Amino acid sequence: MAVVERRRVRVTGTVQGVGFRPFVYRIAVALGLSGYVRNDSAGVLIEVQGCAEEIAELCRQLIDSPPPLARVTELATTQVPPSTWPDGFIILDSDEAGAPDAAVSVDTATCADCLIEIDDPANRRFGYAFTNCTNCGPRYTIVVAVPYDRPATTMAGFTMCRACQREYDDPADRRFHAQPNACPSCGPSLTYCDPSGAALAHRTDALDASVAALAAGAILAVKGVGGFHLAVDATQPRAVSELRRRKARDDKPFAVMVADMTMARALVQIEDKAAQTVLSSPARPIVIAPRRVGEAPITSGGAPSPIIAPAVAPGLPELGLMLPYSPLHHLLLARMRRPIVMTSGNLSDDPIAYTDDDAIARLGPLVDGILTHDRPIHIRCDDSVVRASGGCTQVLRRSRGFAPEPMRLPFDARRQVLAVGAELKNTVSVAKGRSVVASHHIGDLEHLSTYQSFEEALRHLCALFGVVPEIVAHDLHPEYLSTKLAVELDLPARAIQHHHAHVASCLVDHQRTEPVLGVAFDGLGLGPDGTLWGGEFLVADLSGFERVGHLAPVPLPGGTAAIREPWRMAVSWANHSSGRDAARALGARFDHRADAVVSLLAAASTPQTTSVGRLFDAVSAVIVGRRQVSYEGQAAIELEALARATPIGQAPAYPVDLGWVGGTLVVDPGPLVAAVLAGRASMTAGRASMTADDPAASVLAAAFHESIGRATAQAAASLARAHGLDTVALTGGVFQNARLTEVVAAGLTSEGLSVLLHRHVPPNDGGISIGQAAIAAYGD
Amino acid sequence: MSGTTPGEREAAVLERIEVFRRRRSRFTDDVVTLAHGAGGKASNALIEAVFVEAFANDTLIAQDDGACLVLPSGEHLVFTTDSFVVKPLRFPGGSIGHLAVHGTVNDLVVMGARPAWLSAAFVLEEGFAVDELRAIVADMATAATAAGVKIVTGDTKVVNRGAADGLYVTTTGIGLVPAGRDLGTEHIRPGDCILISGTIADHGMAVMLARGDLALEAELRSDTAPLGELVELLLEAAPSVRWMRDPTRGGLGTVCNELAKATNLAVVLDESLLPIDPAVNGACDLLGIDPLYVANEGKLVAVVAAEEADVALAALRGHPLGADATRIGEIRDDPPSVVVLLTSFGGTRIVDMLVGDPLPRIC
Repeated sequence: MAVVERRRVRVTGTVQGVGFRPFVYRIAVALGLSGYVRNDSAGVLIEVQGCAEEIAELCRQLIDSPPPLARVTELATTQVPPSTWPDGFIILDSDEAGAPDAAVSVDTATCADCLIEIDDPANRRFGYAFTNCTNCGPRYTIVVAVPYDRPATTMAGFTMCRACQREYDDPADRRFHAQPNACPSCGPSLTYCDPSGAALAHRTDALDASVAALAAGAILAVKGVGGFHLAVDATQPRAVSELRRRKARDDKPFAVMVADMTMARALVQIEDKAAQTVLSSPARPIVIAPRRVGEAPITSGGAPSPIIAPAVAPGLPELGLMLPYSPLHHLLLARMRRPIVMTSGNLSDDPIAYTDDDAIARLGPLVDGILTHDRPIHIRCDDSVVRASGGCTQVLRRSRGFAPEPMRLPFDARRQVLAVGAELKNTVSVAKGRSVVASHHIGDLEHLSTYQSFEEALRHLCALFGVVPEIVAHDLHPEYLSTKLAVELDLPARAIQHHHAHVASCLVDHQRTEPVLGVAFDGLGLGPDGTLWGGEFLVADLSGFERVGHLAPVPLPGGTAAIREPWRMAVSWANHSSGRDAARALGARFDHRADAVVSLLAAASTPQTTSVGRLFDAVSAVIVGRRQVSYEGQAAIELEALARATPIGQAPAYPVDLGWVGGTLVVDPGPLVAAVLAGRASMTAGRASMTADDPAASVLAAAFHESIGRATAQAAASLARAHGLDTVALTGGVFQNARLTEVVAAGLTSEGLSVLLHRHVPPNDGGISIGQAAIAAYGD
Repeated sequence: MSGTTPGEREAAVLERIEVFRRRRSRFTDDVVTLAHGAGGKASNALIEAVFVEAFANDTLIAQDDGACLVLPSGEHLVFTTDSFVVKPLRFPGGSIGHLAVHGTVNDLVVMGARPAWLSAAFVLEEGFAVDELRAIVADMATAATAAGVKIVTGDTKVVNRGAADGLYVTTTGIGLVPAGRDLGTEHIRPGDCILISGTIADHGMAVMLARGDLALEAELRSDTAPLGELVELLLEAAPSVRWMRDPTRGGLGTVCNELAKATNLAVVLDESLLPIDPAVNGACDLLGIDPLYVANEGKLVAVVAAEEADVALAALRGHPLGADATRIGEIRDDPPSVVVLLTSFGGTRIVDMLVGDPLPRIC
C-alpha cells in the first residue's frame, strides 16, 4: 500500500480570476486526492493528501497545462503532517490576510464559449452585453482591492440570481467564481441616453436605438471596459469630419473597430501571422498596419468592402484597427455590419471619461447620444496600441489587456521600488522580487484628472501587488510633475536620466543585464549637463551609463514653442548647416517673425538640444511644409508617410559628419540638412508645400531617412567596437519610425552586431517607468 | 509600514502621500544656482532650509511679503525689504530706481499698510557713471514722492570692477496699518472671487525685450507703478477683501500657488478671462514663455467675497492703474492646494509651482 503524504503547494503568478481553483479541483478529484485549494494574497495555496505519485502528477499538470489566462511563475511544495480534514477535495473562500502578492489579471476579450451563448436565441444570455466567464471579461478595470473577489470589485452592487449563483458555486462550471458573472436578470444593463443623460431606452432597445443612431451618422459616447469611446460610422465622411470638429482633434488618426478578421483584411495588410495573432489576441489592442492600396478585395460574403472616410486618418498610409473585445462591441458590430470609429472619449488631449457623470459633463456637448451601463469602471484604461510591420509587432501603448500583467526582471530586485515615470504618456511601475508591474497608460500629467489618476495609480498598484516601496525612482527633470511628487515622498529618491531609463526599458524587454550600446533617440529629456538630450549614444547597463556620443547640439528657439512649431527647428538647423541668411530665408516662408526666431538662436536663455526628434521636425518642416503640429510626433509621422512611396535603398544617401570631440562621437547632420534644403529649393521654386503625390518630395524624405539611418548605424557600430560591445539597443520614441529602424538595424546587422528592438515595452515615454524601476531595483 | 490587510496598506500609502504634501521641500543642493533666485520651489527651499532655519521666529515663519508687527502702543506696522538687480537698468516704462521704490511700497500696501518711510542701500561697481546714478536716484525720488513715502536713511558701498553688475539697490520700508484692517489667507472661503487689477506679464516681457538681443519689434512697457491709491480705493469700496498680493517675480502662477498652499483650497483660473496685452502675448508666444510665470511690477491680485466682486471691480476700474481690472477665477474646495487653469478647450490644466526657470518638459 502506498504511503499517504500531505503537501502544501504554493502557486504564484497570474492565478486568480482565471479559473485556477476549479482547474485544481477537477484534477485533484480525478486523481482521488483530498485537501483544499484557496486564493490568498500571495496567489493560490493548495493542500493535497494522497500518494506521492498522484501529488506529483497534480503539480505536473498545474505547470504544463494551466487554464488559458493563467501564468504560473513559481510552484513550491512543502511536506506537512497528514490530516483527516477535509473529507475529499474542497474549494475554500479567499483568505483576507497576508501580503497581497497575487497578480491581478488583465481585462480579456470575450471568449468563444461566451460568444456562442450570446448568439444563441435559446440561451439565457442571448444578446446579453455583459456575458463573461473565468476565461474572459473585465478584471483590472473593475478590481478595487485584492484578493480578487466579487465584493472587492465594481460588481459588488449586483446580487447574483439563483442560476448565476449556481454557476458561480459549481467547481465544474465555466463560471465557477467568475467574479463579474452576470445575466440579464441579475447583472448590469444598457441604457441609451440623450446628451444630457436622460434615459431614452433600456437593454436591447438601447442597443437598437444606438445602432439606428450610428447608421444615421450620429456621434455616440459608448461606455466600454476601461472608459468611454466616441463612436461614429467610419464609412460616413460627413459624420467622421463632424466628430473631428466637435472633438477639436485636427489630424491625429482615429482608431476603427471592425467586426472580424475578414473586415480587417479588407482594410489593411495583415497577411503575416504576428499581426493577425496580436489583432485577435485576448488583449485586443489597436493594431496599426499598412492600409490596403489599390483595388479593395471583395469580402467573403460577396459584399464590396467598406470605404473608410478620409478623415479617419488623414493622409496617413496606415490605419489603426481593433476587433470587438466586449460583448457590447460584438453586438454593436454585428448589427452595424461595417467599421465604426472608436476613438477615446475625450475632448482634444484630455483624459478619457470613465464615469457616467464625467461623460455627461464632458462628452455630452460632443455627442448626439450616450450608450452607457451600470457596471462602474474603477480604473480608467485606454486601449493599447501595437504597431505591426515587416512581420514584427511592437507595443506602442501598453494599457488595457496588457496592464497590469507583471513582466519578468532579468535579476532579483534588491529593494521594492516605486517608479513614477515621465511627464507625457505617463505610466508608473512597481518592482519587487523578480517582477516589474507597469500600470495602464495614464497620460499627460498636466491635465488635472490625469494627475489625479496618476496619484491613484501609485496607491492602487502598491496595494494590489503588496509593494511597500523602499525607494522611489523618478526622472532627472525637476519640472516633471511626476518628479515633483517623487521628491516630496518620504522615501529615498533616485533621479534617473531619461535616456538611461529608455535603454534600461529595452534591456528589461530582452531580459538582459549585460552592458549594451544604447541608441536613445526621442523628443527631449534632460541631461545631467542641463541641456535637452534626445540623440544619445550611451554605453549602459542597469547600474549606470556613460554618454559616448550624441547628435550635434543646436538651439531650441522658443523652448516649448519650438516643439509646437517645427519650422522653428528648421530655422535652427538651417542656421547650423547653412548660416543665418539661409535660416532667415527659410523662416520667412513660415512666419513674419522669422528674424526674431533667428535672433533667439544666439540668446543665452535659449536651451541647446541634441534631439533627433527635433531634427525630424526640422526636416519635415522643410519638405512637408507644415508650420504647426496638432499632436506629438505629427511632423515625423508625416515625413515617414511621405517617404513611403520610395522603396528603402532607392534614395540617395547624403553625407553626415561624424567627428570626435574629446572622446565623444558627435553626429553632425549639417551637410545632410544643407542637401535637403538644396533639394527642396531645386524642386519647388515658389510652391508652399508638397504632398505625398510629389515623387521628388518622397525621394527627398526617403533620402533623409536613409542618410540619418546609415550615419546612426555607422556611429553606433564604431562606438560599440570601441567599447567592446556586441549588442546595440534602439530605444526612444523616434524608433517608432519603422523606416528609420529598418535602415539602422540593417546597417548594424551587416556590421555583425546584435540589435535589440522594443517588443513588449513601449520605446516611447510609456516605457520610462519600467526602465526607472529596473535601474532602481538593480541598485548600486 | 506594517498594515496587514490590503485596506490598511492602501490607507498607509495614502497617508504617506498626504504627509509628503504637508512637508516642506527637501533641500540637498551644494551650491546656489540661478534656480534659487527664480522665485519658485527652489527659492522657497533655500529660504526655508537656510534662512528660516537659522532665524526661526513666529513672524518670519508666516513668510508674507513683509513682517506684520505690533507696537507696544497697539498699532500695527508692516516692515519689508527687497533687493533689485534688474538688467538692463533702464527699460521702457521705468528704471531700477522706480522698481526699487514701487517694489517695496507695493509689498507694504498689499498687506494693508500705508507706506511711511523707506531706506535705500546701494552697491556700486567701480567705474559706474555718476550721471547714470544721478538719473536712477532721481527716478527714486520721483517715485517716492508719487507714492507718498520718504526715503529717510541709506547706505553706499563700492566694490571692485567686475564684482557687481553696475548697481544693486536694496530698499526697506515701514508702513502703518490703519486700525480695523485685517487681511490674510485665513479669511479666504470657497466661492470667493479672484480679481486682478490689469494685464499680466508686462514688466517681465518689457525687460526681456529691452536687453536688445532679440530682433523683435514690439512696444512693450513695464507696468511698474505704486499701488497705494488703488488699494485704498479697493478697501474702501469692498471691506470684505480677504487678501492681496502683488504678483512680481514668478508671476501670477507662483502667487496663486502660494495662495493655494496657504489656504489648502483650490485656486481656479479661467484662461479666457486672463487679461493680457496682445503684444505681450505675441512676445510670450515667440519666446515660448508662459505669461502666468512672468513678473509684474504694478498689479495686484485680490481675493474678495463673491457678493462684493462687482463693487470691488468698479472701484479698481475707477483708477487709471486698474482700468483693465477683471475677475480671473475663484476659490473652490477641490482639488485642495492646487492651482488649475480652465482652458479655452474645456480642459483643466494644473498650474504648478516651478522649481526654477521654465525649461521645456514636453517631449
